[in-house]
Amino acid sequence: MTSSTFDWKPLALVPVLALIALPLTGSASTWLTLTVAGLAMGMIVFIIASGLTLVFGLMDVLNFGHGVFIALGAFVATSVLAGMGAYTGADNLWLNLMALLPAMLVAMAVAGALGLVFERLIVRPVYGQHLKQILITMGGMIIGEELIKVVWGPEQIPLPLPEALRGSLLFGEAAVEKYRLLAVLVGALVFAAMVWVLNRTKVGLLVRAGVQDREMVESLGYRISRLFVGVFVVGSALAGLGGVMWGLYQQTVIPQMGAQVNVLIFIVIIIGGLGSTTGALIGALLVGLMANYTGFLAPKVALFSNIALMVAILLWRPRGVYPVTSR
Amino acid sequence: MSADALLTLAGVHTHIGAYHILHGVDLVVPRGQLTMLLGRNGAGKTTTLRTIMGLWHASQGTVTLDGQDITRRATPDIARGGVAYVPENMGIFSDLSVRENLLLAARGARTLDDIDTERLEWIFGLFPAMKKFWLHPAGKLSGGQKQMLAVSRAIVEPRQLLLIDEPSKGLAPAIIQNMIEAFRQLKASQTTILLVEQNFNFARQLGDSVAVMDDGRVVHSGRMADLAADEELQAKLLGLSLGAHQ
Repeated sequence: MTSSTFDWKPLALVPVLALIALPLTGSASTWLTLTVAGLAMGMIVFIIASGLTLVFGLMDVLNFGHGVFIALGAFVATSVLAGMGAYTGADNLWLNLMALLPAMLVAMAVAGALGLVFERLIVRPVYGQHLKQILITMGGMIIGEELIKVVWGPEQIPLPLPEALRGSLLFGEAAVEKYRLLAVLVGALVFAAMVWVLNRTKVGLLVRAGVQDREMVESLGYRISRLFVGVFVVGSALAGLGGVMWGLYQQTVIPQMGAQVNVLIFIVIIIGGLGSTTGALIGALLVGLMANYTGFLAPKVALFSNIALMVAILLWRPRGVYPVTSR
Repeated sequence: MSADALLTLAGVHTHIGAYHILHGVDLVVPRGQLTMLLGRNGAGKTTTLRTIMGLWHASQGTVTLDGQDITRRATPDIARGGVAYVPENMGIFSDLSVRENLLLAARGARTLDDIDTERLEWIFGLFPAMKKFWLHPAGKLSGGQKQMLAVSRAIVEPRQLLLIDEPSKGLAPAIIQNMIEAFRQLKASQTTILLVEQNFNFARQLGDSVAVMDDGRVVHSGRMADLAADEELQAKLLGLSLGAHQ
């Protein structure tokens, strides 16, 4: 989409929400802390949700089992980081990142490999059958969680932040956690990479076209089922990366963590418009900010706030902020 | 005619769910000609094109393209065999630019540089709007421009056979004339075309041969010129007189 035709209104919602929260939070430093925390949470949720929205947009598949890739990624990271104590314990950012990077890559590889199996065994037999998709993918997630318990045990496992990423940076009176800045950076890099692939490569063009009209893509001679497998695997790998980020954000991992995040992810992709990565980013940032502001201002309504946000946005744009598919 | 047939349908039946739509279609599309597929609404024209394209599979009968049985082939394989399809709804990717739509249609091209420049210039000559709106989102084009894009996409690389579903539908007369001129040039390039149409005036100006469908069967086939000259036959087959459409 050219800049002259880009719809800026949904994007403006993010600063508008932040500005509305500014007078309500009482102080600029509190507002800055909450805003960075919200953006960090939003970026992590975006990493997780971006693959899911493409999977739905491309093949009309409702994958309620997406959470298992999140949990798997986080658990794999605990194992990788456990063996790199010398790197994570050092008070040196570069050594810490040298531990985090392989943990993220291995988590993505394992989650992606599981995604390949999941698509073949669980999703493929139920193409075009939404009710069965919901049931079988939820069943797949339950099985996945049980398998995680078999390998790592049923108890929660700590996933402490590497030494140099602990603590906060002070901006005036505002304390901003270092890890949250890293999360914003990683989320921004993932988004930039996705935008580049989707807009600058032929595979990306095919994905964007397939989300809009997969029958026409097939009529042009492309096998969309192969493309879908690729997107499913990449989406699963990104969920694995998101799981590592989420686990470090919470500093603990449990087998049910994917199921806990699942509702949030579906809110994000519905707000964003099914199939839209830019929409998923906007939705994730709104959800992250809303969760942090309401958690501070009115903790009792925090759980409800994101549902209310989704309802409000759907009243404004019934197919999400950036509708791509006509479904 | 069948000796140089590029596409042949023999006794093709197609079911869509519980509905039996095609009831034994026999159709021959001669190589290098423009064949018009006419018929009233619901006669089975679109279903015939979709069956040829593999979007719906024939439950009985055979579809043969250039001597190869393609009845059971998947749509991408049929497209790779040299068949381009322009559906009734045009099937353009509205969020993609004109440039991106054409780049996708050029299967062999990774970038625009890989598309034959002469062919691209030829398309710009046929449809100047494509050059003018090159970087615009296709969804912002007018109905006529979208139809031009849909046809451009079908011809951005050489194809054996074009399947085009009602290209004049909903277009202003000036745009229809523009489209007729474009199809004349395509005909001159010896491209084989099977074109579904309801506008008989459009059809008679372009068609070399014609097949008329009714109730899921081909009820008449022959030379377009013969049908255009026989108002009684038109009235019988299509329920119209040519005079009413001029």
